[in-house]
Amino acid sequence: MHISNGIIDGPVAAIFAALALAALTACVLRGRRDLDDRLAPMAGLVAAFIFAVQMLNFPIFTAGVSGHLLGGALAAMLVGPWVGALCVAVVLVVQALIFGDGGVAMLGLNITNMALLGTAAAYALIALLLRVLPRTRAGLAVTAFVAATLSVVVASQGFVLEYWLGGTTDLGNNLGGLAGTMAGVHLLIGIGEGLITATTVLTVAKVRPDLVYALRSLRAPAAPAVPVAGGVR
Amino acid sequence: MKNRSWAFLAGGLLVALLLAGVVSNYASSHPDGLDSSLLKGCTVDADDNIVGGSCPAQQARDHELADSPLADYGVRGVRNSFVSTGLSGVLGVLVTFAIGAGGFWLLRRRGATPTDGDAATPTEGDSATSGDVRRRADAAS
Repeated sequence: MHISNGIIDGPVAAIFAALALAALTACVLRGRRDLDDRLAPMAGLVAAFIFAVQMLNFPIFTAGVSGHLLGGALAAMLVGPWVGALCVAVVLVVQALIFGDGGVAMLGLNITNMALLGTAAAYALIALLLRVLPRTRAGLAVTAFVAATLSVVVASQGFVLEYWLGGTTDLGNNLGGLAGTMAGVHLLIGIGEGLITATTVLTVAKVRPDLVYALRSLRAPAAPAVPVAGGVR
Repeated sequence: MKNRSWAFLAGGLLVALLLAGVVSNYASSHPDGLDSSLLKGCTVDADDNIVGGSCPAQQARDHELADSPLADYGVRGVRNSFVSTGLSGVLGVLVTFAIGAGGFWLLRRRGATPTDGDAATPTEGDSATSGDVRRRADAAS
């Protein structure tokens, strides 16, 4: 879902670059609380893994269209929303600056959609679903799948918003058409994202359940600690 | 415990290297969901190049770093496309891991306060304390 140069005009791209920078700074400040000696290398691995899987474009049912993992839900599950957003942002920066994927001028837009919106939407769903679903492997799988699928659709609508603000082609009054096309195709891509995310999370949960952030923080037996930690700031 | 963490990291990296180094060659080369949505209104040939019509994708401009040695997930100068894609993937995984793990390591929270849910073993507590003492000593000197 990387935006190429020329698709969104310069001023809007610059505004989103500033917004993304501010949001990433907030993620650094808040994420530091989660980052300890154990989470730091794990977060590096999550970024590297997302880079690898983003190379694997898979076909979707619509002929001639592919999709790939965005990774926001996977990162939110494994290292939490703040560090998770930073993981995806690291991948996007490496892709833009080294691999020519996603315009450098469009980096703020791409970070907003994939690293910020995708991860935030995913974590909101993860927090909700882990509380209401049974505490089983199936519950964890459904959580990962649903959060990942819908996070891709949310990220795609971030692009529609940006296109409405600064798209370089006048769509007339057909922005709704773009929104519908984007949502439909990304629902299909989201199913792939959901399958990859659920498989990966279940694998990590089986090998090292202590390394799944969402299980630690949202299902921790020491539940009273959660509201206290949340109320500090 | 420490050893298990290293094993997990090494195993995870190996999987990432295999995916980016080998499996990446079997990825679909069709435009992704965003690019294909922007092609609406245009007709494309078998290689997904625009041959007619008008659509938002026609506004696309070249990437600033299109001449980068690793542009488009290939290594410039490597003829074999399988090797070129795989090598660029391996390099990408290593660079991303180095920047990610290095950056997060520098940002990490230091100090003796044990994290909640982290049953600090005596050895961990000790090393954290001695590290703190050392840091304080460094700051004093």
